[in-house]
Amino acid sequence: MDTHAHAHGHEHNDMAHVASAKLLITIFVALLFFTAITVFLAKNFHFAGLEVWIAMIIATIKAVLVGLYFMHLRYDKPFNTLVFLSAFLFVSIFIGFTLMDTDQYQRDVEWKETKPLNTAPAETPAPTTTPAPAK
Amino acid sequence: MTTAHAEHGHEAAHADHGHGDPAEHLAHHFDDKQQQFDSGKLGIWLFLVTEVLFFSGLFCAYTLFRAHRPEVFTAASKFLDTSLGAVNTVVLLFSSLTAAWAVRNAQLGQKRGLIINILLTIACASTFMVVKYFEYTHKIHMGVVPGAGYAPDAEAQRILYGETGLQTSIQDAWSLEPSKPEVRNLHLFFSIYYGMTGLHGIHVVCGIIVWLWILRRAMAGEFGPKFFGPVDFTALYWHVVDIIWIYLFPLLYLIN
Repeated sequence: MDTHAHAHGHEHNDMAHVASAKLLITIFVALLFFTAITVFLAKNFHFAGLEVWIAMIIATIKAVLVGLYFMHLRYDKPFNTLVFLSAFLFVSIFIGFTLMDTDQYQRDVEWKETKPLNTAPAETPAPTTTPAPAK
Repeated sequence: MTTAHAEHGHEAAHADHGHGDPAEHLAHHFDDKQQQFDSGKLGIWLFLVTEVLFFSGLFCAYTLFRAHRPEVFTAASKFLDTSLGAVNTVVLLFSSLTAAWAVRNAQLGQKRGLIINILLTIACASTFMVVKYFEYTHKIHMGVVPGAGYAPDAEAQRILYGETGLQTSIQDAWSLEPSKPEVRNLHLFFSIYYGMTGLHGIHVVCGIIVWLWILRRAMAGEFGPKFFGPVDFTALYWHVVDIIWIYLFPLLYLIN
């Protein structure tokens, strides 16, 4: 942070924080690094179904870096961060509840495989098509 | 033009008693530049919230389809070139750097640097769209399109089935027990793929248009340490476009 305070002395703006050249380049290099990591892991390793979670964690680290430094959230008014994060709260509610809902009804909407028309001469009516007697 | 003229006259009238100064870019309904800047910033953050929610519908569709049909995503990912996706990721990350740098230039009153960085951002955004164009056209030529139009040609079948491509595919089409059942619902993936990358691409094109407008204003010398809001807000929008791609890249290109 010393270097940052130093940069502030030279590069000052009355209205908003000025990101130093060093900071911007460091973040860019970090973003390239995480991109390389995520490609490398996806190409070379299998983590028993956890691949997508690992990729999402790395993507989130990258998004946080962009948000904090390129978008100045770290130096901005906290209220702006709160506003932006509220979007992700609602996205998680949206996706989470939709997933819960489809799991609930998945049995009923499961696709039933039917025979292609030309290979299925209907000689005997299939037993499944008769309505089940009411109990 | 008439409204612009009217506004100008209004501002000039206010300038007499200390409100609004057209030359200094302070709108008459703000007390000072700090208030104007902070209001604009909150406004753009609210807009970015709506952008995230806008995209979340597609992310929700992606999550559902992938949760219920993971095999479709694995099979379809063979059509996506990880290298092209990675190149586009680096191009977009670099454009985010130049966008952030443009804000810095504007804040410090560096007109030349500002123009160069805006030009670099536009160049990167255009490169991104060119790569996307080649990816799209290749897939469309192979018949790999979204929805009902999905009709993979011989090349696409070879990608899916290997060397025995077309024959196996025809057999599978009529078989009750296809050798590769997962390739049957591939159009699901491509509806998602074109939907997500298409909406993102539209945002990149919109970004280019806005940057061109900012470039024109920058060349006219409008921006400086006391007035750089438009550069900052455009950059914020641009970073969100970048963040969305940061998620799209692993979700679409890194499925194995």
